[in-house]
Order: sequence, then structure tokens, then C-alpha cells
Amino acid sequence: MKRKIIFILCIFLTIFVFLSFFMGLDKDNVYKPIKIIDNKILNFKGDDLYSNKILDLNNIVDTKFILINIWASWCSPCRSEHKYILQLKKNQQLSIIGLNYKDKVQNAKNFILELGNPYDFIIKDKSGTISIELGAYGVPETFIVNTETKKVIYKYIGPIDKEIKSEIEKIIRS
Amino acid sequence: MLNQLGYYSLIFGLLFSVLAILQSIRPVVNKSNLISKNIYFSIFLQFLFVILSFTFLTSSFVTSDFSNLTVFNNSHTEKPLFYKISGVWGNHEGSLLLWLLVLTLFILIFVITSKKFDNKYRLLTIFFQEIIIFGFFLFIILTSNPFTYLYPVPSQGLGLNPILQDPALAIHPPILYIGYVGTSLVFSSALASTINKNINSGWAKHIKKWVLTSWIFLTIGIMLGSIWAYYELGWGGFWFWDPVENVSLMPWFCLTALIHTLLVLEKRNQLKNWSIILAISTFSLSMSGTFLVRSGILNSIHTFANDPARGLFILVFLFLLVVSAILIFFLYSKDENKNINWFSKDALIIINNWFMMYFLSVVFIGTVYPIFLEVLANEKISVGPPFYQKLIIPFLIPFLLTMILSTRLRWVKDNIYKINIKQISIFTLMSLLTIYFLNISDKNYLFASILISSSFFLFFNSLNDFLKKNIKLSQKISHLAFSCLILSILLNGIFSSEINTNMKEGDQINFEKKIIKFKTINFEKENNYKLLRGNFELVRPGKNILSFYPEIRVYDQPKISTSEADIKTDLFSDNFIVFSLLNDEGVFNVRYQNKPFMIWIWISSIVLAIGGFFAIVRK
Repeated sequence: MKRKIIFILCIFLTIFVFLSFFMGLDKDNVYKPIKIIDNKILNFKGDDLYSNKILDLNNIVDTKFILINIWASWCSPCRSEHKYILQLKKNQQLSIIGLNYKDKVQNAKNFILELGNPYDFIIKDKSGTISIELGAYGVPETFIVNTETKKVIYKYIGPIDKEIKSEIEKIIRS
Repeated sequence: MLNQLGYYSLIFGLLFSVLAILQSIRPVVNKSNLISKNIYFSIFLQFLFVILSFTFLTSSFVTSDFSNLTVFNNSHTEKPLFYKISGVWGNHEGSLLLWLLVLTLFILIFVITSKKFDNKYRLLTIFFQEIIIFGFFLFIILTSNPFTYLYPVPSQGLGLNPILQDPALAIHPPILYIGYVGTSLVFSSALASTINKNINSGWAKHIKKWVLTSWIFLTIGIMLGSIWAYYELGWGGFWFWDPVENVSLMPWFCLTALIHTLLVLEKRNQLKNWSIILAISTFSLSMSGTFLVRSGILNSIHTFANDPARGLFILVFLFLLVVSAILIFFLYSKDENKNINWFSKDALIIINNWFMMYFLSVVFIGTVYPIFLEVLANEKISVGPPFYQKLIIPFLIPFLLTMILSTRLRWVKDNIYKINIKQISIFTLMSLLTIYFLNISDKNYLFASILISSSFFLFFNSLNDFLKKNIKLSQKISHLAFSCLILSILLNGIFSSEINTNMKEGDQINFEKKIIKFKTINFEKENNYKLLRGNFELVRPGKNILSFYPEIRVYDQPKISTSEADIKTDLFSDNFIVFSLLNDEGVFNVRYQNKPFMIWIWISSIVLAIGGFFAIVRK
């Protein structure tokens, strides 16, 4: 009898532990630092990929929102998200700026030639420091900045997919 | 080319593991219990194909073949050869291949070395072990194939993270893995002997070698991880109660308990069921460790992949293993007549086991409670060091005392007057007095003083044991090393001192009879950052002067600075200086730390493992 009770307890406990682990799997565990949201982007400058001129975020765009997308030609998830960024380009209220992270200029140009150019501007970030300053964790990563307040209002780590794309569109419309 | 070869070797390996499962269970089912030559053949070929596959992956890494996704993600042509090779297991896919390699090697060694045991037991062990191997083959092939082809072939890889280029970190994962994988064999063998009902002192003697092997590798593996955290991360500590650190500590507690339980089983033919339970839990804990690390369920510096499919696979696989283990245990195990006198070595080993289980549960709860809470209440918390310290440290005192007593008592039954009454009574008196003072004063170090006196007590007793003839050498070494470990951790924790101050070039400050001089600062220019190299001197009374060269790296655009500490190690203490930029007027924030007996933590861990080694070699 005692044996049976222990047995049932053991099985029950195991199921409980595994069920919790299983539910934990679904939880979004991407680390999102809260600090970055609401951060003001005051000083965002860099060299243009094509013209090599210095671009300053303060005077190149006139839309309400800017999407900053960190990408690189060597990053395979960037390939998969590229078509969604192309789709986002259709939004009038959004300027899209590409931040080319630690890349070779020729490879980056080939990448754009092959997959199309969704970006209004592409800024070179050869050393990766512009991305670090933004608070980026890796490639690909996407920020949305409100140009009136200059604040980061949204941040996503990882490749954009269908859901994220519609989420971004929702943010822009609101 | 290498990609395809590696992949097909894996597929062939999988086929041979299926063959081995069939070959091992058939004779058991038809009750012939014959071990045919074919089974040796399958197990050998399975190992051969895995080693081939591993060689192909390694050569892809060495030749920087970036058509392989794993190589592309984790290597770089500029990497030194040593780190190219360690890159093979420095990532999720490669590390699983290494895991599989050790698994197949261990079963091969088991098959060769277990010939004197009865066939049914051997067949069943092979059967369980092959099921685990089969699971890992499937896991690798379905979710974590290290031979994914990448086209177009990139010209350069991504893996040049300098923080991961550290010798301790390069060998830390494989050593830890050998420890983890060893527990799988203990698990299979425990289940096999439960069904076959051959849990006796012969089995204990045989399985003890596997348990000790796992334990040695686990001990060294944990230590290497800790060394990396201390020297490379430079956070000034060696153990952070990070969930992933805890995950390796839990099987260690379990294995340590198992080693001692097996001693009782070997000498007294007692504690059979308890040994089996420990064997099953050790393996389950190792596997859940893998699950927690690999699934990305824990947020930690170790988190690798965030692929839910991988987590789900390990979870389902582990669940099936654990449930079938529990079923087998309850179906086949028998109740034992407990025949234990409460004043004997056996009893004290049981008590020490309880302590181990207590420490284990504290660590377990601290590690998984945040997960449960997040799932059930959607609340995010993290459990910090105070939780562990409050719950573990007080119980160390009785733990150390039973450890001292247990080496003094005989097996079966001992006479209470045999042990040195004087010694114990003095100590009890001492402790009681200290507790009394603890009550009337609220100072915390009194508590520490009891702890230190108990550890010293254990230390001197272990030293004294070296003179005795009836104690095994392995025990003498391990127990002495363990007491040194506890002592150095305690002294390190209590007597560590640090000062945090602002200094200019040419300044000097006095700190605990020491003088810290900020002599000069040099500017150097590197590729994409400027370097500020400080030169500090530490003048200590009666000792030589130490020079330190910590660095600040200032990246050009934008201005970001990182600090690189300089650590000087000697036998008695580690001295640690790190400085950082405060403002533009040449004032720096300087942090100096003195960490006594740091190196003894590493030395005693190594000696602890050596003790285990002696237990394997000497019969």
C-alpha cells in the first residue's frame, strides 16, 4: 500500500515537473531590456554605403517613424526577413534605414542587388559600434523610432516574420 | 564532401544502434540470454561511425570549410588552431556529437570489461544504454544536424568572440560531458540490475568505477568552468549560483552521495534501493541539465540555442526515460530488511547522504522555482546567492561533524566509548559556547567562526587519518581535499577585502597597511580602439612589490569603454586591480580586491578528483 502511494506520488511529481518545463518552453525568453525602449536616439550618424557621405538621422528623414534594421550579408536569418522588410517599405509613414553590421562593402552591395533594396538609406557599421550604441544584441535586430520624440518605441531581436511584420504595421498606424 | 560523409556516417551509426537494441533484447525475451558476436560487432561499428563523423566535423573546422553552417557560425580563418578545434564542441550541434561519441565509447568499454558478469545483466544494460544512444542519434539527425550545407559559400566565418577563447573554457565542456555521459551508464546498469536482481556487493564494486569516473570528470569540469568565470569574466568571484552552474552541481551532489552509498552496499549489502534511486536521479538530473541549458528555458550566459523543437525533443525523451525508470523500479525492486545500527559508519553515511540530498534540494528549488513561478503565476523572479547561502551554510556545520565522526567509526556497530570522547566533548563545548555568544551578540562573524572551527576540526582530523593504516588512501586524500576546499571557500568569503576609490596619475592610497600607487598611464592605439594602460604598484609590508597593468579600451566611435582587470596570483592570495574612466580630467575609478586562498580552491578541487582517481586504481 505504502509502495503504491509513493509510486503514484513519484509519477505525479514527474508529470508536474515536466508539464511545467513544457509550458516554460512556450514562454518567450528573448531578453528584452526595458531600458532601451524609450531611449532617446540623439546622435545617430554614419557613412552611407554607396556615397560614403556622412548621414545624420536628424536631417535625412521626414516621416513620423523610422525603422532601423541591423543586417549583414553573412547573416542567414537576414535573408529570410528581407522580403518582409520589402513589404514594410509600402508604408508611407515609415522610413527604413539599414545598418550594415560588420560587413564587406562589396558583399553588402551584392546582397542588395540580389534581394532588392527596401532601405531608404544604408549606413555602414564596419566596427559594429553604432549598433552597440543603439543597444543591439546581434543581427538581425530591428528598432522603431518616433521621429518627433526621438524615442525608441519598439525593439525586436531576431528575424522579422509575418507576425512581427503585422505588429510593426499596427504600431505605425496607431 | 566532408558534410555528406559526416552525415551519412551518422545515419549508419543510427542503423547500428537499432541493430544493437534488437540484438540485446531478443536473447532476453526468448530467455536464452546468449551474447552473440554480432552485438560486439554492432557496438564497435556504431562507435566507428560516430568517430568518423566527428573526425569529418573536426577537419571541416580545421580547414575552415564554410560550406558547413556549423563551421560558418562558430569559426573564423584567423582563429588559432587550438580554438578552431575546440570550436568543434563549443556549439550546440558539435557538442551533441561529442556527447554521442562519449556515449558510444563508454558502451564499448562496458561491453569489453564486463565479461565476468552474467549475460542477462549485460544484455539489459546494453539495451537501456542503446536506447539512450538511439535517442541521441535521432536528436542530432532530426533537430541539430552539424552537417547542414550552406550555399553560397561565405568567405569568412562569424566565430571570433574573444571571450570564448580561453583554454579553461575550451576543455571545460568535453570534461563535463564525460561526467554527464558516465552517469547514463550508471543509470542503465542500475535498471538492468534491478530487473535482473543482482544488486549486491559485486555489482557495487563494478559500478563504483563508473560512478567514480563520472564524478572525477564532473568535479574537474565544474572547476574549469569556475576558473573561466573567475579569470576571464573578471567579476571577482568564482561561483555565482547561475542556474547553469547549479545544473552541474546537482548531479555532483547526487554522485557524491552515491559513491558513499555504494561503499555501504559493497561492505554491508545494505541500501540497495537507495543506491538505485540515486543512480536514476543522477542521470535524470544530468539530462534535465542538458534540457534546461539547451532549450533556452533559462536566461543565463550559457544559453545557446533558442529552438523550441530541440527543447521539446529532449523533454519528451527524458520524460519517457524517467517514467520507465520509475516503473521498472517499482515493479522489480523488493523491500529490504533494514539492519542498521545507529551508531556505526553505515548510519553516519546515511546521515551524510541526507545532508547531500538537502543541499541538492536547495539548489534544485532555487534553480527550477523561477521557471515554475513564471509558468504558473506569470511572474519573473531570480534567485540570488543569499538564498543559497542562508539555506546551505548553517547545515554545513553538522555535515562536517558527521563527516569527521564517520571516518572514526567502524562498520556494522561500534562502541560509543571507542571514539575519542575527549575530542568530541571539547568540540561540543566549544560549539555550544559559540552558539551562546552568537545569541547574545548580533555579529555575524561568530557564526562564521563556528563554521571555520568545524572545518579546521575536519582538516586536522583528516591530516591525522594519514597516520592510520586501516583507512583507504583515496578516502584520506579526498576528505583532506574536501576540508581544504571548504576552508579556502570560507576564508575567501570572509577575509576578502576590496577598496573602491578615485585616483589620478601619481596618486597613492593606503589600504589595510598596504599602499596602492598609481604610477603612470600610457596611451596606445589599436585597430578600432584606443588603449589606456595603467601601471599600478602594490606595496605590502614585508613582501615584494607587485606591478599591475590593467587596461581601459576606448572605442573610437562612439565612445564606449571596457575595462580589463589584471590579476596577480600567489599561494596565499589573489590581488586584483581594475580601473575605469570617470571623467575627462584624468580621474579614474580604481577597484582593488584582495582574495585570500583563491588558488587553494582550485588546488583542493584537483586533489579531490585525484582522491577519486586513487579509488579507481586501488582495489
